[in-house]
Amino acid sequence: MRLDPYLTERLMKSLLWCLTGLTIFALIFIITFISIKGLPQLSLGFFFHDIEDMGRAGGIFPTIISTIYLTLIALVVASPLGVGSAIYLTEYTTEGWITRLIRFGAECLAGVPSIILGLFGFVLFVIKLNFGWSMLSGGLSLAIMVLPTIIRTSEEALKAVPKEYQDVCFSLGLSKWQTITRVVLPCALPGIMTGIVLSIGRSIGETAVVLFTAGASLRTPTSLFDSGRSMAVHFYILAREGLSMPNAYGTAAILIISILLINISAYTLMQSFLKRYQ
Amino acid sequence: MFSREKFIEKVLLLLAMSAIGSLALITIFIFLEGLPIILKTGVSHFIFGSHWAPTKGHFGILAMILSSLYVTIGALLFGVPLALACAIVLAEFAPPALTRILKPTIELLAGIPSVVYGFLGVVLLVPLIRTYLGGPGLSLLAAALILGIMILPTVISISIDAMNAVPTLYREGSIALGATQWQTVRKLVLPAARSGIITAIILGMGRAIGETMAVIMVAGNALNIPTSILDSVRTLTANIALELGYASGAHREALFATGIVLFIIIMILNTAATLITGRK
Repeated sequence: MRLDPYLTERLMKSLLWCLTGLTIFALIFIITFISIKGLPQLSLGFFFHDIEDMGRAGGIFPTIISTIYLTLIALVVASPLGVGSAIYLTEYTTEGWITRLIRFGAECLAGVPSIILGLFGFVLFVIKLNFGWSMLSGGLSLAIMVLPTIIRTSEEALKAVPKEYQDVCFSLGLSKWQTITRVVLPCALPGIMTGIVLSIGRSIGETAVVLFTAGASLRTPTSLFDSGRSMAVHFYILAREGLSMPNAYGTAAILIISILLINISAYTLMQSFLKRYQ
Repeated sequence: MFSREKFIEKVLLLLAMSAIGSLALITIFIFLEGLPIILKTGVSHFIFGSHWAPTKGHFGILAMILSSLYVTIGALLFGVPLALACAIVLAEFAPPALTRILKPTIELLAGIPSVVYGFLGVVLLVPLIRTYLGGPGLSLLAAALILGIMILPTVISISIDAMNAVPTLYREGSIALGATQWQTVRKLVLPAARSGIITAIILGMGRAIGETMAVIMVAGNALNIPTSILDSVRTLTANIALELGYASGAHREALFATGIVLFIIIMILNTAATLITGRK
């Protein structure tokens, strides 16, 4: 028996729309649930007080400082590497085995699970280089994690800058490097920033890498070699050991709201950038 | 002037090697730390041994390999149909204005940290499973469901891109011949976008098998070869994360060895994804 194609069409469309509705509902639900449970827990004190009684009381101030510390180190290390890689790929070379090798490296690195990065950071930075569980070890490990994102977005941004701009510069007698630093990079800057902003979001939310490289000290880190727990690690410990559900929800709300805001700004930045060159 | 330009080019080439260099360093260090214990235990004993008692010198990770495999298959069974449905609707059926809002929204959700997914699994999903299906709740099923949701944004987003890459002209031709929209999708768009969709699924699989924090929180982490979806399981990633904090000596080497197995699986998946995309 052949099914009536119009009936099948109607059935399949309804089924697929239902599944889509379900998916989007599930994803929106996650954010709403955490916000509803977490936002009422927040107060100024929660942001600015030290952790007390292992997290059962007090605020999360040290974890905010650790998170900022780790993210800054990751960006300071990864941005020049990533943007430099992208400049080389787009401006200095033609497609060949060397670009394929570089791109393959970046793609594979993007796929390396965070626990492997954690293992690597632990053995190289914490033990072999003797940085211990510290902001430095954590930041360097995070830098490796975000490097592929920065390379990819910077490459896209540099490619979007019209080739004519460079032709004009060359005809005016500028050298390649002058052209890049004075014309191409400034034009591509908003696009490059997108990758960096996305990296901030990823660094804030990462747990496995940070747990094994920066440790979980409750104190506020004051130097590169101090251990400290990031917000995500603190949240993990609160939730896993069941120390304080209200504080866990509060921390989760801060985490996802800040990450969503960061990702939304990255998205708008990229959109407005692409619009300019289309 | 000439030499300065050359110098800059060399410096940039050096920077460009950072990603592949990091990858090489990771490979070297993980293998240096883990390989000796694999060789000492014997490759087949390590991979097919089901007894893991690292403090007593037993290093068999079969239970973890199988758990990782089952959890990943479960995540794909649950996540891929949902993701494909979503991708088909957004790429083919939904009004473009709606897609322009929903696609970025879904991509934003990829940024939610895995600990948050794990936490939601613990407070919402695990009690449901314990009440209605029995068992400890912390289970293979819970891990598979949470991972299934976690891979949605990746799979949806890449699949939509693959379907959008199919020329509109083809669709118009198919509709003009009297095919319905669903027939067009099934007979034309899906086959044409196949390699992109397969890449999406492989990348989703890589994400599921490598995921750590969410799985630790909901899978229960018991050491056994699972016989039911309600069993508590410990994946390769969870094994590393749970024991790294206190392991030393041969025990720690065995955790790096677990990392080697995971790393090889991920590299095979990545290479497969690159090859499939590259061929197009």
